Amino acid sequence: MSNLPSVSQVTLSHIAEHQEALEEFKDGFRKFAGLHDTVLYCSLHDPATPCPTGHTTSKTVSVWGSGGRIELTVAKFMALQKTVQPDWYQSMADGETWPKNTSRKRVRKSVDRSLAHLDECLLVHHKSQELESVEVFGVVEGGDILEERLRSARETAKRPVAGFCLDGLQTGCMDQALRTQLITAVTTELPEDKPRLLQGVGRPDEVLACVEAGVDLFESFFPFQVTERGCALSFSFHISPELAVPALDEERDTAGEALQNGDLSLDDQTQMTSFEINLKDERYRDDFRPVVEGCGCYCCKNHQRAYLHHLLVTNEMLAGVLLMIHNTTHYHAFFGALREALANDEMDLLKRRVLGERKD
Amino acid sequence: MLFTLILFRVLLSALTKYPVSRKGRKTRKTKLPLHKHTPSGKRGDDIRPKPPLHVTCSTWLLPESCEADVNTSENIMSLKKALSAASPLTLRIVAECPVTKARACDLILPHSAVSTPVFMPVGTQGTMKGITVDQLEGLGCQICLGNTYHLGMRPGPDLIEKANGLHGFMNWKRNLLTDSGGFQMVSLVKLSEVTEEGVKFKSPYDGKEILLSPEKSIDIQNSLGSDIMMQLDDVISSTLKGPRVEEAMHRSIRWLDRCIAANKNPDKQNLFAIIQGGLNVELRKACLDEMTQRDVPGFAIGGLSGGEEKNDFWRMVTLSTDHLPREKPRYLMGVGYPVDLVVCVALGCDMFDCVFPTRTARFGSALVPWGSLQIKHNQYAKDFQPIDPDCQCPTCFRHSRAYLHALFKSDTAATHHVTIHNIAYQLTLMLSVRRSIVEGRFPEFIQTFMKRMFPSRDQYPGWAVDALASVNVTLE
Repeated sequence: MSNLPSVSQVTLSHIAEHQEALEEFKDGFRKFAGLHDTVLYCSLHDPATPCPTGHTTSKTVSVWGSGGRIELTVAKFMALQKTVQPDWYQSMADGETWPKNTSRKRVRKSVDRSLAHLDECLLVHHKSQELESVEVFGVVEGGDILEERLRSARETAKRPVAGFCLDGLQTGCMDQALRTQLITAVTTELPEDKPRLLQGVGRPDEVLACVEAGVDLFESFFPFQVTERGCALSFSFHISPELAVPALDEERDTAGEALQNGDLSLDDQTQMTSFEINLKDERYRDDFRPVVEGCGCYCCKNHQRAYLHHLLVTNEMLAGVLLMIHNTTHYHAFFGALREALANDEMDLLKRRVLGERKD
Repeated sequence: MLFTLILFRVLLSALTKYPVSRKGRKTRKTKLPLHKHTPSGKRGDDIRPKPPLHVTCSTWLLPESCEADVNTSENIMSLKKALSAASPLTLRIVAECPVTKARACDLILPHSAVSTPVFMPVGTQGTMKGITVDQLEGLGCQICLGNTYHLGMRPGPDLIEKANGLHGFMNWKRNLLTDSGGFQMVSLVKLSEVTEEGVKFKSPYDGKEILLSPEKSIDIQNSLGSDIMMQLDDVISSTLKGPRVEEAMHRSIRWLDRCIAANKNPDKQNLFAIIQGGLNVELRKACLDEMTQRDVPGFAIGGLSGGEEKNDFWRMVTLSTDHLPREKPRYLMGVGYPVDLVVCVALGCDMFDCVFPTRTARFGSALVPWGSLQIKHNQYAKDFQPIDPDCQCPTCFRHSRAYLHALFKSDTAATHHVTIHNIAYQLTLMLSVRRSIVEGRFPEFIQTFMKRMFPSRDQYPGWAVDALASVNVTLE
């Protein structure tokens, strides 16, 4: 794969259980994993896997590894960051405000705790030699309550952080209208010259709205989720008429039900969206076209839908490999188009292309 | 490696360069203050690790032999052009070991030349368990297997024919060998019934009754378009004794004739016979006598590698190679483990297939010259060397045992890494064997190989010692 973004993300959910090995390794996670030359961002949780609730305390948060729950104090959290040595990490935060009907009191606690954790993290951070060239992102919490969001943003912005993670706004926990409103308000309180990373949002329609609200960075778990359900991203994002592929619109309409933002609950993230095609469907059995015509990825250059269909039906591992390649490439090409549209002031055209006849 | 990204499944898009414009707000420029890394290549750099020797010929793993083989390939290709009108298979014997019965040959098939002795990985359902065809090609694989039974069920021969054969369907540009479906019929399906007509069984997918006859098997294989097809044989368990063994042997001969008659593409697809006869010397000899009278391009030694005693196994192998024509390839089906490969090359076999390296990889077992490593075991959690420091495969180039150990807990990518390594191991082993035969030092190679594989002489398997002694190699 080429043309990948310059940043990769790793999560403590995966790394926490390997702390001992990493400590002995000493040279940081990038080298341990044989990762290519990349900027590394370390998050707390894996955005693709919602966590069980009820385990966060005033002093700890929890991650779930292959062997079960691992409780993290700030001390342990920071010890892990020292072994990972990312380029930046999100500070430890309490983001458990996404379940419906989270009380105001609970939301307030999450803001307070996250600020306290941030201050503790920064203390340890500045004393630590291993983290000398590493940056910290503060985490803005506040659930769905505007005042709390503003409070969290203002307070976090006072700390010496390099950027901001916006937490508790994941796909499925609120509709896009509210999300846009909150993000727009929050970014007013944040400095212009520091990046804003939105956690847990990846669907193309939501991405477009959040970019307009002021977000700079997104996590790329959406292509993975699409792959896991045996689907392939197929939505069009080409504005110039030569590149537009009309056939795709017809497919998209018939592929899945048109989903309104906010219809999904957090559990339904496995549901297919209208941005993809389900290659397991019988109709692709003898479809010898590439997954997406004109896509330059390895999968589309070398294989056909019929072959992918066969691999999915027979439960072959290669299906996931090829789909992940395609979905990742397609998704990042979308972001390339998005950046270009912003530069050329063509956002309206892009939105119309991606969103089709949907009402915004 | 692609999979290191798939590993954690999440990447981050950076919107770094362009101002974000919002209605009524001034535009803002964002520059990540963090970018201490200056990637060594351009933005569009291919992140696949380049192995230290990036050559495109089939022997990329061993640079010295690559040169020799490039010259050989040129000769082969001109030879191929001259002979392609005549036959879809040509065997050129490059060297014969003066001590054992081993040979090193060039096997010229429609899609490419194959250096023997060769190990053929098994890609059952038209895919090599998670490995792309590019990766397989990069490892130097020249021929691999597809499975007629599985592919005949799903997606079926008609669809594959529409897709330009199995080559077109899976986009594999080199050679393919398909088995007849006989083995699966017997090993996988409970209620199968063998008659003179063929094998009757109930499809596991829709319960329908199907008859796999010699004609049907060849028909499917013709649709698949493989370079080498196997006859449908009457497959019985290798541990079976009694009159059924003789019946199966005779029937296999009759079925061979029916297969030959049914082959629609004798000019493009090679049909191999399969020698049966169980563990019975007379029956094997009778089968050999009969089958070698048919003009087939190659012979397989079947009915072995199914749990029988190793002492019986090697005797049947060497008996078979004694009576098979020198100028045609010998394919020992279902073998196998590294020791078995080396010994059976010494006994005169050229081609091998086995699911072992790919299957064992999925259980976390990595093959090395001194045995195997169970990567999932805790002892590797902090072991920062590669699986084999001397191995040149992409996995060993980039990853440590400790990393793979950790990866097994969270991602299937771990199995892909080990699969690649195991295939590389088997292919490299065969290349080393070939080279030693060409250079006239195969017996020395065997000695070194065994010493590396086993801690001491008294741990050498008895059957291997005997088998090698029978071809004049006394293990030290």
